[in-house]
Amino acid sequence: MIIEHIGLDEVSGSLIVLNGIKDAGYEEVVKIKMSDGTQRTGRIVQIDGERVVVQVFEGSRGVSLENTHTILEGHPMELKLSTEMLGRVFDGVGRPKDGLGEIFCECSRDINGSAINPVSRVYPRDYICTGISAIDALSTLIRGQKLPIFSGYGMKHNELAVQIVRQAKIADEQGSNFAVVFAAMGVKNDVADYFRRSFEASGVLERVVMFLNLSSDPIIERTITPRSALTAAEYLAFEKGMHILVVMTDMSSYSEALREFSSSKGEIPGRKGYPGYLYSDLASLYERAGMIKGKPGSVTQIPILTMPNDDITHPVPDLTGYITEGQIVLDRNLDGLGIYPPVSVLPSLSRLMKDGIGEGYTREDHADLANQLFAAYAKVQDARSLASVIGEDELSGIDKMYIDFGKKFENQFLSQRPTENRTIEQTLDLGWKILTTLPRTELDRVSDELLSKYYDKAVKDKNSLSE
Amino acid sequence: MSNNCLYGINGPVVTVANTTDFSMQEMVYVGKDHLVGEVINIDRKNTIIQVYEVTTGLRPGEPVEPTGSPISVTLGPGLLSNIFDGIERPLREIEKQSGAFIARGSNADPLGANRLWDVTLTVKPGDFLIGGHVYAECPETQSILHKIMVPPNVSGTVTYTAKNGSYHVHDRICEIEDKFGNKIPLTLCQKWPIRNSRPIKNRLPCTIPLITGQRVIDTLLPIAKGGTAAIPGGFGTGKTMTQHQLAKWCDADIIIYVGCGERGNEMTQVLDEFGELIDPRTGRRLTDRTVLIANTSNMPVAAREASIYTGITLAEYYRDMGYSVAMMADSTSRWAEALREISGRLEEMPAEEGFPAYLPSRLAEFYERAGRVSTLSGAEGSITIIGAVSPQGSDFSEPVTQNTKRFTRVFWALDKSLAYARHYPAINWTDSYSEYDTDLTSYYEENVDHNFMKYRLNLMSVLREESQLMEIVKLIGADVLPDDQRLIIDIARVIRVGFLQQNAYHADDTYVPLKKQYLMMKTILHLLDSAKKLTAIGKPISLITNSGLYEKLIKMKYDIPNNRLDMFDDYMAEIDRVVNEACTK
Repeated sequence: MIIEHIGLDEVSGSLIVLNGIKDAGYEEVVKIKMSDGTQRTGRIVQIDGERVVVQVFEGSRGVSLENTHTILEGHPMELKLSTEMLGRVFDGVGRPKDGLGEIFCECSRDINGSAINPVSRVYPRDYICTGISAIDALSTLIRGQKLPIFSGYGMKHNELAVQIVRQAKIADEQGSNFAVVFAAMGVKNDVADYFRRSFEASGVLERVVMFLNLSSDPIIERTITPRSALTAAEYLAFEKGMHILVVMTDMSSYSEALREFSSSKGEIPGRKGYPGYLYSDLASLYERAGMIKGKPGSVTQIPILTMPNDDITHPVPDLTGYITEGQIVLDRNLDGLGIYPPVSVLPSLSRLMKDGIGEGYTREDHADLANQLFAAYAKVQDARSLASVIGEDELSGIDKMYIDFGKKFENQFLSQRPTENRTIEQTLDLGWKILTTLPRTELDRVSDELLSKYYDKAVKDKNSLSE
Repeated sequence: MSNNCLYGINGPVVTVANTTDFSMQEMVYVGKDHLVGEVINIDRKNTIIQVYEVTTGLRPGEPVEPTGSPISVTLGPGLLSNIFDGIERPLREIEKQSGAFIARGSNADPLGANRLWDVTLTVKPGDFLIGGHVYAECPETQSILHKIMVPPNVSGTVTYTAKNGSYHVHDRICEIEDKFGNKIPLTLCQKWPIRNSRPIKNRLPCTIPLITGQRVIDTLLPIAKGGTAAIPGGFGTGKTMTQHQLAKWCDADIIIYVGCGERGNEMTQVLDEFGELIDPRTGRRLTDRTVLIANTSNMPVAAREASIYTGITLAEYYRDMGYSVAMMADSTSRWAEALREISGRLEEMPAEEGFPAYLPSRLAEFYERAGRVSTLSGAEGSITIIGAVSPQGSDFSEPVTQNTKRFTRVFWALDKSLAYARHYPAINWTDSYSEYDTDLTSYYEENVDHNFMKYRLNLMSVLREESQLMEIVKLIGADVLPDDQRLIIDIARVIRVGFLQQNAYHADDTYVPLKKQYLMMKTILHLLDSAKKLTAIGKPISLITNSGLYEKLIKMKYDIPNNRLDMFDDYMAEIDRVVNEACTK
């Protein structure tokens, strides 16, 4: 029996309060019929006896205490799922937005998902070759990882994400099993369109599911968008055996939407006004990446977030960094120098890298080489700060070598064209080539064997070239 | 049968109206699915319950059943090598029941009711037992003998004992009669409320180090068995890596590893790695001495709050058997945040940064459960707590770090710039401290070498001098320094790269015995002293710099295997040779 409730008790922000409701379930979906015939969707966020607080996704504009009919749906927020979703565009709550009509759904799932049992997880070890040296060599992306891009307004994070998607696809031997789930939260129409066109140009569009919540769309829907996207990703990965790359942009807008919603509910704020449960909330999204024993698919996440004022200690990047398995940080100085991708190497990190590289995965020298590049580049920073005080000419011989190494590292190793796809061998050899700028005694992170094998060879190559 | 029912729901916090049936911290079952919850607030009108599972779909009017006892864990054989969630539900069993995703209301016997244990009774009828006495033993894993003890609050005369043989955990193997004539059956297991500490006879001073095989810890910043340590560090500084290294190599008998609000993949990694690794002391797998508690960040927040207490209660249980236990909590900040989240839902008045005002007292209660003690049965056991702290925005002045600092005696501050340069373990030697150094002096002097503490001080003063000199170097470069100061900078580099930095992936370097740590320290300081003599007679320092000795000493951690400590003599001789040659030039 469906009961329609007429009228409301209270309207405040995007929240409406109903009274006299029996049998409401926590987080249950409600339909709100307006007097003009339009329909809105909401979700129960608090219950006190017969008083029920509902959050309306489309906002409460035009809602009065009398002009609505409310229907309880009897189940929590669900997403209709099918493999037909590939190539389609949806809004934040999973309604088709491309005018191609409803999908024929095979099943529907609670968008909140459930926690993966740690016992059932497979520890991710297969690396994804992105063809980008800064990532492959120094913060390797692993299938089933969550590796966010920390960026700032005006930097090339979108280009980088598109390049990763395009080149990761090529590297995947079973190309037919690869798909992308794209969630846009509070981004401008141009950005969403840029992604769509780029996917089209690289021929993956029919393997992309898009969930779009543009910056003008309701914020409550924005808090649902990543959950819809991840539900679709989990379905395609763990039930249809596909390798899914989830690109979510922009997590800062998502968190702001959450803050807006939290303050309208009158909750006690934590740091910078964000709700105290921001960590748990972000974790409930990021932790949905991974691989499961006995299931062929995987969910790899590349969330993108813009750091307000380029501040990495801002709550959103800070909490994200504590949950995700590393981060790729973009740097405005490098961007200003025209270096693409402007990856700030030192704070960037991939936690899963150590077990997915080396012999049998990439190449035996990978770990030592990466460590050496990090250590040497850290010294470049010291040399540069010294040079800014006493001038480059006054530096000692070894410091000058480091300055030289730093320039080569940035201009030759980091920098590459947006269409350039380097193999892992090319990347690692390039790394050795650049290390030849430094004398062998400075390389204290590499074993003698590897030095003899790779460093000496790179020096020989360099000398024969100059002859 | 009561007929209490749900009234309000707000996230993990639910209320029951108009009832007096519940008591504080009582465990309750909420709703039709029997979700586990705990009473956290009572007034005449409302009883507030925090639920340890997701509350989506709960409806007002669903039943809430009291259980009459506080939230407890079951203690007995079967804990080791197992993995539990925050309220001691066995995750392997839950996987069998509900598959790869954890379903709500899952329930399973924590210890596995069907497993048989090979029990040997150690008492006979007529014996008088008090709480803590061992009445039976069984090998729990190949390396650990499980001692089955009388619950702390029970005592009496044994009236029945079963024959030695195979029993299930819930089988009655012994019975005692207390002074009131009540017969109390004893099985292989007992229950204990997680928020109460288990009683002990008395505390003992912490004078034995927990040997970890990590040079920067054992030599510079040692921790005692029964001590408390905090590892604060921003993301990417290697908190978890350090915890893993300690869990793998420290010389405790039992490891309780609590993954509190951390990554799922990390717990999987621990499961995989510890299953393969062999404990160097017992020759058995590391899982044989480890209990894992995994409450990952996306699992319910209330259970995250409980996971720390569950962990420490298990630790106390093994301590009572006379074992030394090390508990790793990764990360206590997530636990504090869980407190904050629940407190926010209760609309309590927040103190600093939204954390509840009782944060310091909760932290103190937890860390005070560590210690080296004499147990009720007279054995000696200890619990060492090593808590990771994840400061917001890497700012050590935030409330969790500051309050943790008050209640722990070792502070291993992880440093971002060291981590960026891939110097691991990234423990900053100037910001960190250990208050146990004086308590442990006699141990090091008696068991390693009587010069150990003297050399340690010398090593630290070189590092301190270096950090002062670096302020000048940053401004004018190292070239202009006089030779004796250059020497300090160079030797400090040898110490940093060759001694403090340690490679967790190198077969020998991942665990270094104390004796080798001592000899490495001795060799480096010998070079310093010899070179000082050289500069004192006016010889240029470049004679040493160009001799390749620095590089040789930096690599000695790899070049000298842990079982070939005699090779250090060659190094000493080499140093003497180079210096003597330089003197004659």
